[in-house]
Amino acid sequence: MTDSKYFTTTKKGEIFELKAELNSDKKEKKKEAVKKVIASMTVGKDVSALFPDVVNCMQTDNLELKKLVYLYLMNYAKSQPDMAIMAVNTFVKDCEDPNPLIRALAVRTMGCIRVDKITEYLCEPLRKCLKDEDPYVRKTAAVCVAKLHDINAQLVEDQGFLDTLKDLISDSNPMVVANAVAALSEIAESHPNSNLLDLNPQSINKLLTALNECTEWGQIFILDCLANYTPRDDRESQSICERVTPRLSHANSAVVLSAVKVLMKFMEMLPKDLDYYGTLLKKLAPPLVTLLSAEPELQYVALRNINLIVQKRPEILKHEMKVFFVKYNDPIYVKLEKLDIMIRLASQANIAQVLAELKEYATEVDVDFVRKAVRAIGRCAIKVEQSAERCVSTLLDLIQTKVNYVVQEAIVVIKDIFRKYPNKYESVIATLCENLDSLDEPEARAAMIWIVGEYAERIDNADELLESFLEGFHDESTQVQLQLLTAIVKLFLKKPTETQELVQQVLSLATQDSDNPDLRDRGYIYWRLLSTDPVAAKEVVLAEKPLISEETDLIEPTLLDELICHIGTLASVYHKPPNAFVEGSRGVQHKRLPPRTGSNESPESPELAQPAAAQPADQPPAVIPSQGDLLGDLLNLDLGPPTSGGTPAITSAMQMGAMDLLGGGLDSLLGGDLGGSPAIGAGSRSCSYAVLPQCPSRGWSRDLFDLGSGVGMPAGSYVVPKTVWLPAMKAKGLEISGTFARRMGTIQMDVTFTNKAMQIMTDFAIQFNRNSFGLSPAAPLQLATPLSPNQTIEVSLPLSTVGPVMKMDPLNNLQVAVKNNIDVFYFSSLYPINILFVEDGKMERQVFLATWKDIPSDNEAQFQIKDCHLNSDAVSNKLQSNNIFTIAKRNVEGQDMLYQSMKLTNGIWILAELRIQPGSPNFTLSLKCRAPEISQFVLQSYEAMLKN
Amino acid sequence: MSASAVFILDLKGKVLISRNYKGDVDTTEIDHFLPLLMQQEEEGLTCPLLSHGKVHFLWIKHSNLYLVALTMKNSNASLVYSFLYKLVEVFTEYFKELEEESIQDNFVVVYELLDELMDFGFPQTTDSQILQEYITQEGNKLEVTKQRVPNTVTNAVSWRSEGIKYKKNEVFIDVIESVNLLVNANGSVLSSDIVGSVKLKVMLSGMPELRLGLNDRVLFGLTGRDKGKSVVMEDVKFHQCVRLSRFENDRTISFIPPDGDSELMSYRINAHVKPLIWIESVIEKFSHSRVEIMVKAKGQFKKQSVANSVQISVPVPSDVDSPRFKTSVGSAKYVPEKNVVIWTIKSFPGGKEFLMRAHFGLPSVDKDELEGRPPITVKFEIPYFTVSGIQVRYMKIIEKSGYQALPWVRYITQSGDYQLRTNS
Repeated sequence: MTDSKYFTTTKKGEIFELKAELNSDKKEKKKEAVKKVIASMTVGKDVSALFPDVVNCMQTDNLELKKLVYLYLMNYAKSQPDMAIMAVNTFVKDCEDPNPLIRALAVRTMGCIRVDKITEYLCEPLRKCLKDEDPYVRKTAAVCVAKLHDINAQLVEDQGFLDTLKDLISDSNPMVVANAVAALSEIAESHPNSNLLDLNPQSINKLLTALNECTEWGQIFILDCLANYTPRDDRESQSICERVTPRLSHANSAVVLSAVKVLMKFMEMLPKDLDYYGTLLKKLAPPLVTLLSAEPELQYVALRNINLIVQKRPEILKHEMKVFFVKYNDPIYVKLEKLDIMIRLASQANIAQVLAELKEYATEVDVDFVRKAVRAIGRCAIKVEQSAERCVSTLLDLIQTKVNYVVQEAIVVIKDIFRKYPNKYESVIATLCENLDSLDEPEARAAMIWIVGEYAERIDNADELLESFLEGFHDESTQVQLQLLTAIVKLFLKKPTETQELVQQVLSLATQDSDNPDLRDRGYIYWRLLSTDPVAAKEVVLAEKPLISEETDLIEPTLLDELICHIGTLASVYHKPPNAFVEGSRGVQHKRLPPRTGSNESPESPELAQPAAAQPADQPPAVIPSQGDLLGDLLNLDLGPPTSGGTPAITSAMQMGAMDLLGGGLDSLLGGDLGGSPAIGAGSRSCSYAVLPQCPSRGWSRDLFDLGSGVGMPAGSYVVPKTVWLPAMKAKGLEISGTFARRMGTIQMDVTFTNKAMQIMTDFAIQFNRNSFGLSPAAPLQLATPLSPNQTIEVSLPLSTVGPVMKMDPLNNLQVAVKNNIDVFYFSSLYPINILFVEDGKMERQVFLATWKDIPSDNEAQFQIKDCHLNSDAVSNKLQSNNIFTIAKRNVEGQDMLYQSMKLTNGIWILAELRIQPGSPNFTLSLKCRAPEISQFVLQSYEAMLKN
Repeated sequence: MSASAVFILDLKGKVLISRNYKGDVDTTEIDHFLPLLMQQEEEGLTCPLLSHGKVHFLWIKHSNLYLVALTMKNSNASLVYSFLYKLVEVFTEYFKELEEESIQDNFVVVYELLDELMDFGFPQTTDSQILQEYITQEGNKLEVTKQRVPNTVTNAVSWRSEGIKYKKNEVFIDVIESVNLLVNANGSVLSSDIVGSVKLKVMLSGMPELRLGLNDRVLFGLTGRDKGKSVVMEDVKFHQCVRLSRFENDRTISFIPPDGDSELMSYRINAHVKPLIWIESVIEKFSHSRVEIMVKAKGQFKKQSVANSVQISVPVPSDVDSPRFKTSVGSAKYVPEKNVVIWTIKSFPGGKEFLMRAHFGLPSVDKDELEGRPPITVKFEIPYFTVSGIQVRYMKIIEKSGYQALPWVRYITQSGDYQLRTNS
């Protein structure tokens, strides 16, 4: 007889019948009734009405029955808190039962009854169970502390359970240790400041010993906990690594990945010239490869993590290309991830094999996979120059298949290849033009238009081709419209005589008939350029384009480091920091890799001397997101106030800011937009995958929420004196003067309103136009009283940087509208860029070095700051109070070199090198930033701060 | 840290049984799971990790069930998937088959197991042998006082109970090697590796200490022996019972074995071995009229060995009809539901070569949808032989009672993921 019979009860008067049976004298009948109740519960029927009757059955010596009653209790206690009290006595009694199985069952269930009133009654039994002689009870009690903490943290602390839990880490039984570690980690995670896991060399040693003895799951808890520890020096780091490496041979994939996490993190501290470092690298490859023979879901987690590991330490898997070849029966999510890793590992040594595989994949039938394979071929061409020709001919073969989506995808990547190798493969243009009619995806259309515009002088009928797109101009997507506008302007500049009409047409379409501000603005700029100075127009529009990078969708280094600390977790699968998808983790510290502490490195790192000189070969690869990539993203973003669900609004607003500066504006005006290549994978999968764009989003939450932690604003940040923004004569008697300041991490606009008119002014309101950094009022403008004639009122308006973003000229221009009962007035003001320097702009030294090297030297700007009579320490202090942080200071040939970093609210980093010759009032400032347009504004801020 | 709740659903998304471990996730969230999955399937892109708002679903599918773990934290994803697979393993050992019926038939035990396997999201004891000592399907028949936690649950040796007795002490060792192969359409080998596994059937009394000796090249190197007949293992994975630090130190495989059947270790060898069964195929498709297939299979292993139950599956278009076959040995069969021809050869001696021809008709109208190009796959088993040459050199068994025990060893090589891509 099976249990399924319990699911078939009579419908009529069911509850009533059950009630009778539950109160029956016969034990057997009682038990049958409880089973029926549980069966009903299982299929989702509400049997909470039976609560008192079921609880009455609790006092039984039948273990199976007791378990069922407990199960019922866990489910319904919350809905019947008053009656749940009835159960307390039994719990207390069961916790003293001679049978450890019952004691453990009671303590396990107790914690699952999330009723506040009951909790305090459970403290005494729990205290006893934590000291129980039976390890099975102790390990269950350890977990119960975490449960109780989740319900009432204060109670747990007051009762001293946390200390008892900490003591259990030294328990003689490995399972108890493992559960205590798990419980403590869980509690610590929700209370980051509790300093519960006070890890020190002694406790680490205990954990490492327990690691050898506990179950596979216990090993994972311990390894995950170890990963939070930062060893004191490279020797301790090595000794921990030595004791963790055997775990790589564990049969459970999760144990292996957690061990990989510890090793990847602690390796960071080992000097690279150490023999052991090389040994460790070699040991990591085989277990990572073996993970690919696990179940597909585990393979998927492994692949997502390998993607990170390959970016962090490419040398580990560089010889393992073949294991990532796709098999016919791999699930689609495994196929796509493998493809991603294949591209990352592609090099001159293996490119022939890779290409042969990619060609094979491109003729499969799975659309997404095929598309990605075609893109991969394009990436190979750009990454490995020697293979470019073969890639192009492969792509042409694929175009001949006439499979619509293959053709479109191929055209998109060929555009990238043109951009990377200009004037080399234009012989294929004719073939591409044949397929013009079959392009129906915006990205492919835009790519084709870019190609026509770029090579307009060699395509005889370029004007006809472009004109054909113009007919349905307003039905095209923005991406295509923008591209068409630029392409026609290019064509005009190349063949002015025949195309005047065409360019007129497109300019008027863009400026007069379109309500898209981006398109309109670009149209106006071209128009003015062309009408005022055609020579300048030519220089701007046909200027040489910046190179596109070899690698796309690389993860920004600080984020990558953070994700490495989360190997094996959801964050590593999403490639997002945990605070992007976990609620209530905003105050949680970002995990970081430990700094390298090689004994040969003095505080004045010798490497700082030649920031641009050769770095060790295995530095993280360059992360210059290709420009068009970002633009593409920008265009697809909704420019309205971000309200989307996925990532927090703050993050997305910041990304917009960053992208606008990096990829929008200038570069796209240069006609270079779309020249980059869209991130492979990004955007092609709608859900969960969305790779966060490269802009660093860490730090944001900290500078909002971590003010108390000491990085806050020391007094003395520089504020420009107020200037008159709006003279009274222009504003019907209202004079507005003001300035900007950054105080305690908040940007403030200090405004003075003066009424120079004869009548009272009321109903003030303020609004900003979209601006480069998304500045917007964080609160409505409030003047306490109406402004009487000759009265002056001063207001400090807090600003946020989450408003809509639009690139302004100059960059720091802010257009403001102020309204009162009389009229609306407009004025613009320039804010000093230093109000955007955030409090956590201090870069890690290693990151600084790598970033300095990554940023191309073209982006470096050098300035002289004259007449400044400060010594380097005073300079440092002064700048520090304005959030310009000195990372290192060196003395070279009598000159002081200060290496400094600052970060803007939108996550853009600016690196600086300030050279001070003692005795000389002239300083040399070198600035490097991925958005070099900012440099001159930073210089202005430096000058203002140092001279005031 | 890991799962907040675990659900078992049927294919329609109906909850069969669930356990809410932490109470931070609303259990009605599970209602979003199947619609999300359906939506992904429609787009042709499934993913083992779904999310809805702040809730993340990690799921696997087993026969007609979905096993879904829910979490709102940055959980250890690999731990969760491992745990879900462990659930399947434990339930299967309890109920033979894990399916809708077995869950309904045993819901009381399923609840008990769910309670014991995980606590507050932390996996606990998951060794089904040990669990069966104190969570039994006939719980009600046992005297209450007898139900005690076996010490094993919390022992350092959590996989073997004390007091096991056998009249005759024996260990059976199976060394099984699976050959994975991927060959591209023009006949070059893209990748080939061997995944080996050492399985034990232990029938030993007491708490015996075992030591297994293999012809492992690293070990031979350490002990200064002749490396001639040794094998390089690329990566080795061990059962919980093996002392990993000991292996790391001196390559000794020492352990106290679990009772009965278990997998002691697995290893991967990245050797370029000659493909054991080589296939050459010509598949010619004449649109609107016929498909002609010629397959040549060659046994590229020692003449003394014989491959058993060889099955060669050759893909054919889905719309073929009127099959005709000719084989030099064995028999061929058209399996329309899988769109393959399966050529079966019961016994295939090494060094021999066989031929199969097939002829199909094609309809005069083209079908609409494009078809993929599945590879030819081969299944086989070659007993008394390991392709890597790995050998068990000794198995030392020491128990304090001092009994004599006999180890028995068997070798077998079989096909793993054995794929040869075709041109058409």
